Amino acid sequence: MSKLAKQLGLPRLPTALSPRRVLSALEFPLRAPSTPKGVAPKARVRTTGGNYDTAWARKKPARVARAAIVEGPMRLLVAGLAAPERKGTDRLLDLPDGPLIFAANHHSHLDTPLMLTSIPEPWRHKMIVGAAADYFFGTKATAAMSSLAMGAIPIERTKVERRSANLAVELIDAGWSLLIFPEGGRSPDGWGQPFRGGAAFLAAKTGVPVVPVHLAGTGRILRKGRAVPRPSTTSVTFGRPLAPAEDENATRFAARIEREVAALADEATTDWYTARRRAHAGDSPGLTGPESGRWRRAWALGDRRAKKRRRRWPDL
Amino acid sequence: MATDPRRQAPRPGFVLNVDRQTPPILFHHGDNFRLEKLPADRSRVIYPAEPLPGLPDPEGSIRDALLNPIDDDPLPSLLKPGMKLTIAFDDLSLPLPSMRKPDIRQRIIEQVLDIAAAAGVDDVHLIAALALHRRMTEDELRHALGDRIYDAFAPQGALYNHDAEDPDGMVELGLTRHDEEVTMNKRAAESDLLVYVNLNIVSMDGGWKSTATGLSGYSGIRHHHNVATMRESKSFMDRHSSELHHSNWRQGEVIKNHGPRIFQIETTINNNTFGYDGPLSVLQKREWEWSARDRATFMGMKKGLDIMPSSTRRQIFNGWKAPYELTSVQAGNVESVHEVTLEHCFKQHLVPVEGQTDVLTFGLPYICPYNVNSVMNPILVMCLGLGYFFNMYRGKPLVREGGVLIMSHPTPWEFHPVHHPSYIDFFEQLLAETTDPIKLEQKYEKQFAEDEWYIHLYRTSYAYHGVHPFYMWYWGAHALQWLGRVIIVGGDPRSVRRLGFQPASTMQDALEMASDVVGPTPSITHLHNPPILMADVT
Repeated sequence: MSKLAKQLGLPRLPTALSPRRVLSALEFPLRAPSTPKGVAPKARVRTTGGNYDTAWARKKPARVARAAIVEGPMRLLVAGLAAPERKGTDRLLDLPDGPLIFAANHHSHLDTPLMLTSIPEPWRHKMIVGAAADYFFGTKATAAMSSLAMGAIPIERTKVERRSANLAVELIDAGWSLLIFPEGGRSPDGWGQPFRGGAAFLAAKTGVPVVPVHLAGTGRILRKGRAVPRPSTTSVTFGRPLAPAEDENATRFAARIEREVAALADEATTDWYTARRRAHAGDSPGLTGPESGRWRRAWALGDRRAKKRRRRWPDL
Repeated sequence: MATDPRRQAPRPGFVLNVDRQTPPILFHHGDNFRLEKLPADRSRVIYPAEPLPGLPDPEGSIRDALLNPIDDDPLPSLLKPGMKLTIAFDDLSLPLPSMRKPDIRQRIIEQVLDIAAAAGVDDVHLIAALALHRRMTEDELRHALGDRIYDAFAPQGALYNHDAEDPDGMVELGLTRHDEEVTMNKRAAESDLLVYVNLNIVSMDGGWKSTATGLSGYSGIRHHHNVATMRESKSFMDRHSSELHHSNWRQGEVIKNHGPRIFQIETTINNNTFGYDGPLSVLQKREWEWSARDRATFMGMKKGLDIMPSSTRRQIFNGWKAPYELTSVQAGNVESVHEVTLEHCFKQHLVPVEGQTDVLTFGLPYICPYNVNSVMNPILVMCLGLGYFFNMYRGKPLVREGGVLIMSHPTPWEFHPVHHPSYIDFFEQLLAETTDPIKLEQKYEKQFAEDEWYIHLYRTSYAYHGVHPFYMWYWGAHALQWLGRVIIVGGDPRSVRRLGFQPASTMQDALEMASDVVGPTPSITHLHNPPILMADVT
């Protein structure tokens, strides 16, 4: 019985009715043939994980279905669970037509729906999402769901693999924008993790600017390890697009993207001018938190909710 | 968007000679419209230029202006840790109508503040330079500056409205060579650097007028906001022929010698008031080019407006945010910057016109600089018509001396009691006695300017200063002296008569009434404004 079914309190099925028992009771050709002894089984190419072919999810019918999912149930879900406050979209107004790479910090499974409903047009509906190949593409069912609902493409995070990078470059060159979480996975404790070089590498390779994005509050709703979401408030802050400098390699550019996201985090919890001053002085509080024991890291996390806006004057 | 032919090759403004084939001409009529057939063969219509293309990279252009100023040092070299920096900016009277977000002020001030942040400047104040206008509300400040700036500075009291009546908040900088007093906001005056951010929608704005008027008080402003100065400003849209500007420039000399160091930033916008698409786009098209869709939109809009209550109409129009685009940005020395700004303003607005006319007509829209998010009261109708529109000329007035002005506006007897309290008394009491600006100035101006209740409302509520309706009346003093008759078509007869003008039900009636003054077959010129145009009359 799955963990989720247990948490939801579903009744346990009789053993005789379990899907595995039922399938094994069937005879060929209703079930797959077994391989005779002494015959080398045919090598099977794995079609899940990093090998999953997502091309179908970028064809028109799938795009229409995805647009309907994003603008319908996904937007409703995000509004109901996360009540997002979206800031900084004005920083994207003057950009010429073309794709962008959105690089955000990552706390929760809710981050992707939140981003997909927050990224403004014209990028929102021509978007691919870099998703962990071992997690989202582990089975055909999850791979199909991820490809259809989020436009996900598999990114290997457990081994060095050129296939996923090449696919991302190819799609960005074809005009698709990319949403990527450079930390490589959800935060385990509420603090961020060091940014990996994927977004920076892709920006350098394709010449497409990177938009740093800070997400706050999604960890309170559905943090890593929790299955049932708890509604709360969130904020999405878009930063100014960044392009790699001529003499900047992917590692240094990735560090700069991380600093910009940290400055946006500072902006979300203090105010814009304080954040800019600290950013220029190199004093922005880091995303990764203090290097200390678990309880001290949790203690230092405190309440990082954005300050509530208070209206001071009457509306005449 | 970038390939839109209207953006690539905007047509200049021009003068149309009306013939029998000319369709009825659009007249703005407050928060509604009229279509009027002008007499053929003796009427002409002056059309504004189509919107000039906006700068392709506004952020880059702003950065370039700050780093490469005109006759001044780059902004980063003027900013040091420990210094006192004040950023003043134009208030809600600009632009008209308000522009879509992000407002140019937000774009510029964010970049100025980012440079200040890099320099480690702690002591920064932002001041809405509203002179004697009403204070801006939180929503209006958020719209002009954006939430980032508002949330960073307003809660600490470092973003606020200028208060010209704060006894501890104003300083006297001295006298001009004409003995005009120069007063200034104390914080601005005592700053190491004052950055002034202008939004120059017309050529009247900017230059020394920004600081000499915007951050001043009654004792300084009264030297140029008076009947004599206004009558000598021909016109105040042409700064070199404007006594209003000469006085401000003299005050500027005092500020230069005794005030703070000023880094002036000026910007111009294009004529894209109503957009290329959408329900209001028809208002910036020439009538014979209206498509079937434009005509259907216009008719539907007019029918809808006809049946709506005035408060709903006002709400709809006040909700319109213009998609203006930045056409130039320049920074540095006040005078040098302003000369460049004027060139850009004139490039968009000037239309060459040959000769004056006997009768000048125009339709007044729903908005003027002093009724943003408010009510256009009869005094503001007079100010917009005889002050602003009449003065939209360079060279000589469009209408000959002794000619007739016909305006179209409903002119309701209606006031916003919070925004315009002194206007009510001015209209109901003073105008009932006289409409002569000299008499009003001599007998009542000081009393209204120093009235404690009006001062209290100006400082603590959202009221225009007690003296403001006088300035509105003076604004039209040059036109009042010049014109033989003023007729308002479609206006409330009681209000129109109180203003000292004549009401007419239709344009035909108005033209007949005008014939008493200018003869039976006068020449007629219609100023097709807005979008803004300025006649270069030779």
